[in-house]
Amino acid sequence: MARANTLLSQTVSDNEAVILDEWMQRLRQAGADQGGRINAAELQTQGRDFLSILKRTLGESSDVTGAAFEPLRELLADISRSRAIQGYSPRETALFVFSLKQALFAAVARRKDFSAEQLAQATWEASTMLDELGLHTMDVYQRSREEVIVRQQREIAELSTPVVKLWDGILALPLIGTLDSERTQVVMENLLQSIVDSGADFAIIDITGVPTVDTLTAQHLLKTIAAARLMGADCIISGIRPQIAQTMVHLGVELNVISKATLADAFALALKRLNKTVVTAKTPQAADSKAAG
Amino acid sequence: MDRIPILKLGRALLVTIQVDMHDRLATALEDDLTNQIVKHGAHGVLIDISALEIVDSFIGRTLDTIAAVSRVLDAETVVVGMRPAVAITLVELGLSLAGVKTALNVERGMALLRQRDDQPEQEDGASAG
Repeated sequence: MARANTLLSQTVSDNEAVILDEWMQRLRQAGADQGGRINAAELQTQGRDFLSILKRTLGESSDVTGAAFEPLRELLADISRSRAIQGYSPRETALFVFSLKQALFAAVARRKDFSAEQLAQATWEASTMLDELGLHTMDVYQRSREEVIVRQQREIAELSTPVVKLWDGILALPLIGTLDSERTQVVMENLLQSIVDSGADFAIIDITGVPTVDTLTAQHLLKTIAAARLMGADCIISGIRPQIAQTMVHLGVELNVISKATLADAFALALKRLNKTVVTAKTPQAADSKAAG
Repeated sequence: MDRIPILKLGRALLVTIQVDMHDRLATALEDDLTNQIVKHGAHGVLIDISALEIVDSFIGRTLDTIAAVSRVLDAETVVVGMRPAVAITLVELGLSLAGVKTALNVERGMALLRQRDDQPEQEDGASAG
């Protein structure tokens, strides 16, 4: 174990420049610098940093999962993370580590002073080490991608729950997308805050954009409505699509609230409750002069 | 012992909770309020909880009880000024205060009570007719 480590360490420190050149060549062949996401110089720098840390680390230990390899793993994690954010595919990301394999093997093979046994051992050591590092790269890549997805989910959740003021005292909440408990929380907070800010008497929750309403969704809706009621605002539900209405009845979901077929109906009801009516202007001129005045 | 002041405003009683409610205070309020409703023959009770930041299930239930007791004594209870966070907490606790009227602020709560005060005759008429 220790011997192979020194063999590999020797090979790397003696041939650093050659390995780097060959590595970069392999990377370029595989198209790592294509697409303009990373330039050759940057790739070269990353490669050089990697090799110099690798050289130092190999001198200390051969245990890839050990503490000595921590700096190397961190460097790889950084590279992998930036690749994930730049939109590299997993293959392209893994290529960074795996293309070093060929360069390293070639360098080991060129050692004339190694016996056949030493050669095999060094190759095996290099292979396991790079595999381990490659796996680590993928781990970090995957985690970074998941972080990106979680962040996007959060952004979408915030974007997709606007509270719209329709009239003095009437708010509309057009819901689009599936209503899970996390979103319900955001929706509820947004709605309640808007009720406080605008002093609304009515909130119309429009669920035209909600693809399915199951018992859980209904419960979330009811919670939102109950919370709004506690704040002194009445809720009207609108935009229940025919299929959804059927599903709800079949499921035995009961929303014991005022519900209207369309947002327009709900708005009309809210206006009526506020003692406001919409009237048709008698003549176009009258409407104009009224608007002007 | 602390007491929550109960103010008489016309035929309504106004309770403004400005301290953190603890259980004894809540029970005391329930007692006081019941006595005051009978004493003044109040038609409405307005409970302003805009300064209340923390509610637990006991306080929530006490509000419900106060409303029920008031109803027995022919007075309408309106809870006003609930904060969003408090509303969410109550809903999550499963307390939707079904028997309690709510309003955004004291002004609207008073308007609601006045409206109720004016309406009984109309309502009776409507149900009869």
